[in-house]
Amino acid sequence: MTDNELIWRIAGGSGDGIDSTSQNFAKALMRSGLHVFTHRHYPSRIRGGHTYVEVRAKDEPVQSRGDGYNFLLALGDSFARNPQEEAYYGKEELKPLYENFEELREGGVLLYDEGLLDEEDVEEIELEEAAEENGWHVVPMDLRGIAKEHGREIMRNTAGIGATAAILDIGTEEFEGLIEQNMAGDMQEANLNVLQDAYDAASELDIDHDIEVPENSHDEEQVILSGSNAISYGALDEGCRFISGYPMTPWTDVFTIMSQHLPEFGGISEQVEDEIAAAALALGASHAGVKAMSGSSGGGFALMSEPLGLAEMTETPIVLVEAMRAGPSTGMPTKPEQADLEHVLYTSQGDSARVVFAPANIRECYTQTRAAFRIAYEYQIPAIVVYDQKIQGELRNLPASHFDEEPNADPGSVLTEEEIQDAAHHSSGKFQRFLHEPEDGSNVSPRSVPGQKDGRYLATGNEHNPSGHISEDPENRIAQMNRRLNKLDDIRADLDENAGHQTYYGPDDADYGVLVWGSQQDTVFEAVDRLNENGHSVKALGVSDMMPYPVEEVSEWLDSVDEALVVEMNATAQFRGLTQKEIGKYGDKMSSLLKYNGNPFEPAEIVDGFESSINGEDLAATNMKYLPAAGD
Amino acid sequence: MSAFSAIGEEREIDRDEFTPGIEPQATWCPGCGDFGVLKALKQAMPEVGKNPDEVALFTGIGCSGKLNSYFNSYGFHTIHGRSLPVARAAKLANPNLEVIAAGGDGDGYGIGGNHLIHTARENHDMTYIVFNNEIFGLTKGQTSPTSPKGHKSKTQPHGSAKSPIRPLSQSLNAGATYIARTAAVNPNQAKEIIAEAIEHDGFAHIDFLTQCPTWNKDAKHYVPYTDVQQSDEFDFDVSDRVEAAEMMRKTEERLYEGEVLTGRMYVEDARPSYGAEKRAIGEMPEEPLAERYFDEDAEWERTYDNLLEHHK
Repeated sequence: MTDNELIWRIAGGSGDGIDSTSQNFAKALMRSGLHVFTHRHYPSRIRGGHTYVEVRAKDEPVQSRGDGYNFLLALGDSFARNPQEEAYYGKEELKPLYENFEELREGGVLLYDEGLLDEEDVEEIELEEAAEENGWHVVPMDLRGIAKEHGREIMRNTAGIGATAAILDIGTEEFEGLIEQNMAGDMQEANLNVLQDAYDAASELDIDHDIEVPENSHDEEQVILSGSNAISYGALDEGCRFISGYPMTPWTDVFTIMSQHLPEFGGISEQVEDEIAAAALALGASHAGVKAMSGSSGGGFALMSEPLGLAEMTETPIVLVEAMRAGPSTGMPTKPEQADLEHVLYTSQGDSARVVFAPANIRECYTQTRAAFRIAYEYQIPAIVVYDQKIQGELRNLPASHFDEEPNADPGSVLTEEEIQDAAHHSSGKFQRFLHEPEDGSNVSPRSVPGQKDGRYLATGNEHNPSGHISEDPENRIAQMNRRLNKLDDIRADLDENAGHQTYYGPDDADYGVLVWGSQQDTVFEAVDRLNENGHSVKALGVSDMMPYPVEEVSEWLDSVDEALVVEMNATAQFRGLTQKEIGKYGDKMSSLLKYNGNPFEPAEIVDGFESSINGEDLAATNMKYLPAAGD
Repeated sequence: MSAFSAIGEEREIDRDEFTPGIEPQATWCPGCGDFGVLKALKQAMPEVGKNPDEVALFTGIGCSGKLNSYFNSYGFHTIHGRSLPVARAAKLANPNLEVIAAGGDGDGYGIGGNHLIHTARENHDMTYIVFNNEIFGLTKGQTSPTSPKGHKSKTQPHGSAKSPIRPLSQSLNAGATYIARTAAVNPNQAKEIIAEAIEHDGFAHIDFLTQCPTWNKDAKHYVPYTDVQQSDEFDFDVSDRVEAAEMMRKTEERLYEGEVLTGRMYVEDARPSYGAEKRAIGEMPEEPLAERYFDEDAEWERTYDNLLEHHK
């Protein structure tokens, strides 16, 4: 069977340059005209430990990591702690070669660095037998030797790229271009030599295999970037010029990108003592008139709970991002999961008044982060962008024109000094910042900013009267609570009119539905295509608005299908629970396909899960869990 | 032209401008030291020439947190222990604001202790007033971080086994550049110290002894007190870190022996404030960031023009 797509996996140890090599590989393929997508897998370690990245390339836009891989470049773990011993973690040095062996597709290529991996060890893992059984094409090459001949051992990865290019017959032009662009002097020369040498050596081997890398060209200029890039760029284009944070995987990426660019964009980045401070600083900056953000991952976000509530009560706009990783507690720091949904929706005391968006891909990371800022500042409410380690790190190409948008630095519902003069004041002169019934009939009472003449007011986490002074008067309480909570209805109407955050996929008249949120959406879409090819009648709906929930849209869609499978990466079906809570019906229509082993769904798993669920088959032997509909 | 015309406005300031018409009378207990802070703060304003619309007062939670209900300026009554991180970001966003933070000893030395260390370390140009009454007042008399060892309360029925925190020494170690202790019973000194702290270019920490007549009757009313600058007994150089450290230690210890020492404990003028440091390395704009959002002619950078090349 010929594969007309490439899923190239580069595997080594943390510190072996796996990440940067895969990024260059993906970029080179994009430049050659292909569509690309990357999937990262790495341990929570600085040096050593099995790390891999898969680059999937096709002649059409790639939706997901795909199923398994068909080319393995196993560099071996040069930072293994106990290279020769059978340690707790198994034979570490060798792990990049044999771990997930079973996912290499039939007829695939397995290229490994025999310069690092000992021949006897390789014999022990019975590579030859496995290769024979699966029709793999095993290619041992001394990549280390080639690297050392021209430069340093670390250039093993460049040698691996050269050999890959020869085996796949895709030429070295784009790789050379990247080396010339990214490096200079001796380094550049050495890498070019390593690339060429490995290419020549592999060409001589004349490897025969079943992978056919397609050819393609792009109609318009493409860029390749990650979800973290897209979130950061969305924030910057929406006028965010202040970020405060504390490092935590996987949120650190956004924090780093923003910190790199804020100075040149005239902004300020603050690394602070903890996440309580991080959220509090963003609040302080926003209170003083600046568009500000903060963010974290699970545990750090837990610390932001109280400042988040303060933002709701004082109606101070802020944007927080939450990069989910597998929990509970420290969980699995570098593995994706979608189990913080309820955490971001409800954390902090009292009734929540916040906005939560869950972008599904890089494109949506940009648009929905922009929407989060616009809504937060117009409606004076905290907005949260919740995503996960999968989107954070995966790279994908898209047209550069997606980012060709005008910036919007509008600070939202803020008055100018002239407007303050005409606005309502208490008889003592204090500005009425929190009117029960704002003049324009909306629920947003415009604010002043410290330093503006005659705009002084009190912001407080206590319940307060129109000037912000503490009040426990029951009538005032009801008026302020209602106004704050009613903003969510206004925001829902605004989003319905302007945003279109939900994504519909597949034939309108399909019998079955797959409901999904966040990072698993595009994988589901790929699975839906296959299910329809298999003769099923299936469509999908990807939901991004978690709060305020798009009740009408989802109800209509659920109404149109006989049954729906809700796919999410957690163990307790949080999104399905939210949907049932928000809509109040369809509990008997929705069953769940869940995965929480630290790896995102592959499209084939969703196909299997769907087919098993409608056939009533057991999923116990898989990585997934099936949760039947209410009453089943 | 600034979008914040209250800032730097040249006019006579009357301390009564700082009394809010909404809540002119504070609801603290009769005899509470907090009245002393409020009075001294109001009196300091005409001296430093600040008007209510250019002052941003950030408070924590507790009796002290109600300060900005009774002080007429921009106010932000935040959450327990977190006034400093909210306040310092406002200062970064608009360095022309006069930023003051205030809270109690539980707020600043207990739950918010980490923020105090880091705000002092960074030397933000702001004033921090800690209402130190050696007790949790609003929650009805529990032992606080500054309560003396052996202090009995409903939460420490056998007397506290902990030595009290050393707020002045700790602040010195953390990096504050103006540190003083004053007392509610000494209004003139308090006013002078607050004015100096506001004018100091860096992080100024005032440990303000505020008697709690309701829950901490043991602590007396911090009388008699000694102003260390006025006393012959204490001859130390307030700008000398080693001598200041010694003076602080004495001040902290003697408080628990019944002797109330007050005055300037440490003043360091040479160290640049955090904003200046940050501007010097190009990580903060020269013009106040907040101004940009109100400037209709401001040009905003686009990621499409500036950042996308790298991804092609």
